[in-house]
Formats: sequence, structure tokens, C-alpha cells
Amino acid sequence: MKRAGFTNPWLPILLLVPQLSIIAVFFYWPAAWAIQSSFYLQDPFGFGSTYVGAENYTDIAESTEYRKVAWFTVYFTAIVTFLSLSIALLLAVKADNVLRGAKTYRTLLMWVYAIAPPVAGFLGIMFFDQSHGPLTRFFGFFGWDFKLGVDYFDTATAMIIVAVWKQIPVNFIFFLSGLQSIPRAVREAALIDNGSGFRRFWDVTFPLLAPTAFFLLIINITYAMFDTFGIIDTMMKGEPGANPMTLVYKVYIDGFRGNDLGGSSAQSVILMVLVLVLTIFQFRLIERRIHYT
Amino acid sequence: MAELTQTRVAQPTPSRLRFKWSTLFDHMVLIAGSLLMLMPLVYAFVTASYDPVTIHREGLALTFGDQLGTNFDKAMFEKGGFTKTVDGMVMLKNSFILGIGFAVGKIVISMMAAYAIVYFRLRFATFAFWIIFTTLLLPLEVRILPSYEAIQRLGLANTYTGLIVPLIASATGTFFFRQFFRAVPEELVEAARIDGAGPVKFFIDILVPLSRTMIAAIFIIMFVFGWNQYLWPTLITTDESLFTLVRGIKQIVLTYSDAAIPEHGQALALAIVAMVPPVLIVIFFQSWFVKGLTESDK
Amino acid sequence: MAQVLLEGIHKVYPNGFEAVQTCSFTIQDGEFVVLVGPSGCGKSTLLRMIAGLEEITEGTLSIGDRVVNDVDPADRNIAMVFQNYALYPHMTVAKNMGYGLKNRGISKAAIEAKVREAADMLNLSDYLDRRPSQLSGGQRQRVAMGRAIVRQPDLFLFDEPLSNLDAKLRNQMRIEVRALQRRLGTTAVYVTHDQVEAMTMADRIIVLNGGRIEQIGTPKEIYNTPASTFVASFMGAPPMNVLNATVSDQQVTLDAGLELPVSAPAASSGPILVGIRPEDLTLGEGTTPFDVQIVEELGAQRLLHGTLGGQAFSVNVNKDHEAGTGTIPVGINPGAVHFFSREDGFRI
Repeated sequence: MKRAGFTNPWLPILLLVPQLSIIAVFFYWPAAWAIQSSFYLQDPFGFGSTYVGAENYTDIAESTEYRKVAWFTVYFTAIVTFLSLSIALLLAVKADNVLRGAKTYRTLLMWVYAIAPPVAGFLGIMFFDQSHGPLTRFFGFFGWDFKLGVDYFDTATAMIIVAVWKQIPVNFIFFLSGLQSIPRAVREAALIDNGSGFRRFWDVTFPLLAPTAFFLLIINITYAMFDTFGIIDTMMKGEPGANPMTLVYKVYIDGFRGNDLGGSSAQSVILMVLVLVLTIFQFRLIERRIHYT
Repeated sequence: MAELTQTRVAQPTPSRLRFKWSTLFDHMVLIAGSLLMLMPLVYAFVTASYDPVTIHREGLALTFGDQLGTNFDKAMFEKGGFTKTVDGMVMLKNSFILGIGFAVGKIVISMMAAYAIVYFRLRFATFAFWIIFTTLLLPLEVRILPSYEAIQRLGLANTYTGLIVPLIASATGTFFFRQFFRAVPEELVEAARIDGAGPVKFFIDILVPLSRTMIAAIFIIMFVFGWNQYLWPTLITTDESLFTLVRGIKQIVLTYSDAAIPEHGQALALAIVAMVPPVLIVIFFQSWFVKGLTESDK
Repeated sequence: MAQVLLEGIHKVYPNGFEAVQTCSFTIQDGEFVVLVGPSGCGKSTLLRMIAGLEEITEGTLSIGDRVVNDVDPADRNIAMVFQNYALYPHMTVAKNMGYGLKNRGISKAAIEAKVREAADMLNLSDYLDRRPSQLSGGQRQRVAMGRAIVRQPDLFLFDEPLSNLDAKLRNQMRIEVRALQRRLGTTAVYVTHDQVEAMTMADRIIVLNGGRIEQIGTPKEIYNTPASTFVASFMGAPPMNVLNATVSDQQVTLDAGLELPVSAPAASSGPILVGIRPEDLTLGEGTTPFDVQIVEELGAQRLLHGTLGGQAFSVNVNKDHEAGTGTIPVGINPGAVHFFSREDGFRI
């Protein structure tokens, strides 16, 4: 709040009403509804519901299928985060090094940000097409008979490649801006203190970039868990059967295809708690970030 | 400085040579990265210039064919989908409505809320702040089912309102503007008050013009975000006349690949149309976009 | 034009911090009053209360013959110049200056005439269509002044307006601001932490320390008869020498045992503080030994630093004096010695 804020009593309330009412209707109400219905068993034909206590939760805990999906989500998230962060960091460091063409490279490396995940997934389908996909051929050259949508492992690989491709630009933008905000004097001091460029990067540049990297870590985890929905949905071509999927996708499948409202709600609640933990972690990091800068 | 220059002059050959090699390597890495980003689109664009039979037989191509115009023409103006009621133009229009409606709605609502929180002495300002910022905790994907339920009960399924408004129910914009307003010098509002500007005048005469760059940056980010929405439109619009391009992608994939000879040319053309507007905006307003993205997270 | 009356003004922040202790004073019509003190002394809070940007916890504030405690800043008919100028970055110079008038519903033609007149006065006529970002620091400062002038206020309020300028420009603007205020005859309250600005610009100075008024007086009074050691050392550069001493039978003895050739006021006895300004001393005369350790060449003057009876001491001599390091006798002018209580630092 500003020192000399306005004291008008009703205007701020009027200004807040639109935001608050949208939040109430589309955020608090749904969230409460999810928590409530996670304790009920919904009749699949819409004839009322029965209170079942924590049964939906215990069902999830005991479900081997849920466990499989959860593990896939963990692997998927870890691999996508690691690959997209490290490739983006490499590119950002190089883009920060060069003088000639720096702007052109920046443009070429960031524009994919604007592509929607399902569109990226569609391009993925074309590239991994069974008979003519350039990447299928490429893998076939090494004796790997790539079968998108048929083989669990192959589909997972394709999803990871597309998800990484789609996420590199965001990481690149943040890393590059992080690098460019390192004061010139610090770089020059490092240049005098240390002859090896590689050592300079790990001793000086990387620690200064650490807050950005931490922040991106959270962003990437969130991305891999939630924003890849479109990629996964397109790439499994509407056949969830034996294909890999993430937790969010399972919420959707169980809720909208399986009509298991209670179970799906319970899964939602579990995800909410997960995101809550992540976000609290992120807030604490942001606080630290402010101290850094 | 003088001494440094002298040393460099004394032994120019080795240092200059090493310098060149590393620069060359940097460029090679960057070119490889750029190609990695660019190739899929080049493939898609070039392949979209062939007739379906050729694509079905040959797959993705790297030299242009002669069907580009035909494919785009069909994709944009020929009724398709399950009910044959929707063409590319309708989806393009819907995408713009979603992108612009979402961005504008978000900016207006969050600027108002941020203004109330930052510039007024409000007893429950902290409470309002927390009510709003808790929404940052839960992305729409997590509460998708209950949100869908809410929209159904309100009878807003298959409406633009139902499509756009729930997406606005997150505090990202409010958070950006709050940070920005807090960084505006205190003295500006004080000077304005002495100059006789009330809260409304200050907002319109000073704060909004002052935020122009920030508004532009957020508009770009939000437009792209809205345009690219997939899950929510998939759930909330079953009426094909409300399909956006991104929403339509899956339908495109299913419809076109079910046919004996899939209409890949048209599908690619539509995918390109779905990509081009947000990509162009991001490229042309790059500096605003990057500034908005990297500065607003703090 | 107006006089400003503060009666029992008191400011406590909601968190319990007492920014300004109860104080009362009157600023005469057309007077230039400077509030001076170190940062956190309450000078800005006092100014902001006069402006109406800060609520007054207790007391009565009148501008002219009107009590303005509950009057909105816009309606107090005041103008304020801020440290960072607070120009509206998206408006031209002319718009910046005219914004306050526009909000008062004054006609376009009248605004333009007033802005032109003020711009002429401040040599800004060529810059009226520029944005603040296209101006130099000094020019921005002038625009801020112009914005204050066009309103023809009853009262100018200045909040450290020159501290963002470089030293040379600051000296020049100091003179300009003072000349302008004289010419317009408008009452002015000026806040600064710079004692030189206070001395050179003020009709009267109010010295604040820790939320309390230490002394009110003309620059001469403040300098010649400081009310406390705080005022004595804050006003004047180099600051006054303050030595620990003891008085018995009016004889002043420094704590290390050195006797000073001055007599203390009749009422005093026991431990006291003795203040002597560095320029009120004659080197090479007298009997008190001054041990010089460092000589600072200031050009027109030379500043000798060392110890007197074991306590830090400085003497200011003019450039022709050739003293170097070593022990030199120093003569003290008995009429220029100040005595302060060792308990509360106030003048005896």
C-alpha cells in the first residue's frame, strides 16, 4: 500500500468486486465442490450419490493403475524438466556469448513459445508417423522400430521429445535474461580472476544464475505435470488404452470418459495438495529471489 | 587498459585464433538449436503444399508442391468437422475472440483489483490479497471437473462467456499489476493529489498511461495463453460453431486420419493457421513480450 | 500568501512510532523557513502533514486563517516540489505544469498563458513540448518548480528538491530558488538535510533531531548561539570542537588535566562540555598546546586535525598560514567559547 493512499470507502470495493466474484464462482465454489464430492460415490446414471467416506481415496491408494500413472508422471516430469532446462541453458550461454546475430538467434529460439501444446503434438504425430515420419525413419536407421501409439515406451519417448521441444523457448528466454542481468563489472572481475571460461561459468555465472534456475525448475515441473495435457491428448490419438498418461490426464479420463466423479474428484484433491506444496515452495523461492537482486 | 592492449598486440596470433574457434563453436550450437526449433514448421509448411495422395504415399516433404493454395483454401472455407458446419474461418474467428476476450478481460479486471489493493487504505486489503492470490495455487487443469460442473449448472456451456470468464479466475494478471504499481514512485500519487486528482482521475490520467508498456506486454502473454487454450475449450464447447483452431486440432487429427486417404494437407494448413497469429505477435513484439515475461515473475 | 500556524502538532504512526513530538511554531507570511536535520528526524513528516499527505495525530494546523487539518491536499492551495521531482513521465512539460490547473477547471487559454509565463521565468520556453525523459536533471527540477509556480499557491513546500542534482548545479539552483521565492513573495517551507542549504537559503531555520525541535532561529542565531551540542555540531563545516571538561571556581580544566585560559559562566560547576568553532582559534599565539597530526588543504583554507589535551580537535586557518604537523600553541578567543551541559547537551 502506498503511504498516501486514497481514503475513498466504496470505490476500492467496487474495483474488487469483478475479480472477487469471478474467483468465488469459478474458483472457490469448484474447489469446495471437488473436496465434497471426493467423499461421495456418484451413481453413473445420475441418480443421486452416496456418502462413502474416504473410500475414493483408499481406492486410489490401492489402485495399481493409478500407481503406474503416478510413476509415469514422475519420470516424465523429471526427464522433461532436466532436458529442457539443460538444452535451454546451453543455448542461452552460447547466445549470450556471440555478438553477431544475437538478436536473430534469440528470435529463432523463442518463437516456439507461441505454439499451442496440441499443435506441437500434431506436428509430433506427423514426425513420428508410422510409415513416413522423418523421425521414425531416423530411429529405424538405428534399428529401432518406432511405433507411436502402439508401443508404450515409444509413445512415451515421442511425448517427451515433443514436450521438451515445446518448453525450451521459455527456459531459454529466462536464462538469457538472467545472464544478461549479471552486472558487467562482475563478469570483468571474473575475467581477471580466472582464465578458464569453463571454470568461470561454474564458479561465477552459474551461482548467479541459480535463482533463475530454481524458479524455472518449479515452472518446468508445473509445465510437465499440467500444461502437457494437449500434447498427450493429441499424441495418443484418442486411445488412452495402453498409452502412457499423466495424473492430470487421468483425472480427465476418469471424470469425463469413465464418469467416476467421486474418484476423479479425489484425484483432483490430491493434485491440489501437490500443487499447493509446490507453490508454497515457489513463493519461498521468489522471496529469496528478491533478496538476491 | 593500455597495458592490457599491449599484451594482446605482443602475441596476437594464438589468442585471436583460439577466440575464433570458440566463436565458431558457439555459432554452430546456436544454428543447430535454431534448426531444431525451425525444422518442424518448415516441414509442415512445405508438406502442406501437396495433395493428400502424395502426402499419404511420401510423408513429410522438403520441396514445395503445387497444392498449397488449394489446401489452405479448402481448410479455411470448406465446411468440415463431424456435422459439416464449421470451416477454418469460423475457428479463426473463435480463436481471436478467445485470445482477445481473455487478454482484455484479464487486463481490465486485474488492473482494477490491483489498483484497489495498492492505492487505497482498505481495512481488508490484506484479506482481499490472500483471497485473490490463493488462486495462483491451483491451475485450471487441477480443478477441471468441478469447474465444468459449475459452468453446467450456470448454463454457460457452449457460450463465449463460459469459454472465457473461468479462465480469468486466476490472479496472474493481478499479481503482475500489483508488482508494477508498487514500483511506481510514491511521489507520483502525492503530486497528483496536490494537483487535485481524485482516485478515478489519477487512474485514468496517470496510472493507465504510465502502464502502457506493461499492459502491452501482458496483453501479448495473455493473448497467446488464451489462443493456445485447449483443455477448457475441449470440455466446454461441444457445439462446433464455437470451436477454436487449437480446440479443433484434435478433431482435425481424428477426422482427417480416419479417412482412407487422410486429408493431411488440409490438416497441416489448419495447424499452420493455428500457429501463425500468436507466433507473429511474439516475434514482432518480442522486446515487450520478453520484458513482460521475465519481469513480471518477481 | 499566508502565514502557517502549527499548534501542538504531534504525529504517532499506527505502529506506535512517534515521528514528531508535540511542537508549535508560526511561519510568517512570505517567510522562507528551512526544516533541517539528519534523516529520520521527522522533518519530512512535518512537511507532509502541512501538505496533507500525512494525517495529523493531534494539534491544529492553519494556513492563512483557515484550519486545514481535514482539508484535502488539493484544496489547501499549496504546491509541492519533490526530491525526485515526481513529474508525470507520459506528459509533456506544458501538460505537467498545467495538470493541476486543468483539474481545477481552468480554461485552456488561461492555462496556456500561465504555463508560458512560468516557463519564461524558468527559461523553459523551448522545452514545453518535451517529455521529462528528454530533459536534464536541472531542467526537470525547473519543471517541478514551474508546476508549483503556475498554481499561484499560498504556500510552497519543498522536500529536498536539490539533493538529486550534482554539486555545481545544486549551488546554482539554490540561488535561483531563493531568488524566485523572493520575487513571488510566497511563503515557503523547505526540507533539507544539507546544513549549507539551510544556512544560505533560510530566513529562519528549524533544527530537528529525533522528532523534536532543537532550535528555531535565523541562520546567524543558529550558528552563533547553538542551543545544544547537536545543533552546534550539525550546523557548520567543519563541525564545532566539543571537549569534555570540568569546572570548579569558574576555572575550566579538560579531562586530561589541561587548563583552558577561559572562564566558565558563574552558574556552572562540575563536568561540562566546551565547544569551540575551528575558526575561532589563533594558531601560534597563546599557550594551549595543539598536537597537529594531519593537514587538509582546502584551497582557500587549511584544516589542521589533531588533539588538544588528548581529545580530537580541529583548527581552521587561511591558506597563507604555514603550520605543519607537530605541537603548536593555540590561542582561544574567550568570547567564542560555548558551554553545554554534559547531561543533556543543552546550552548553559
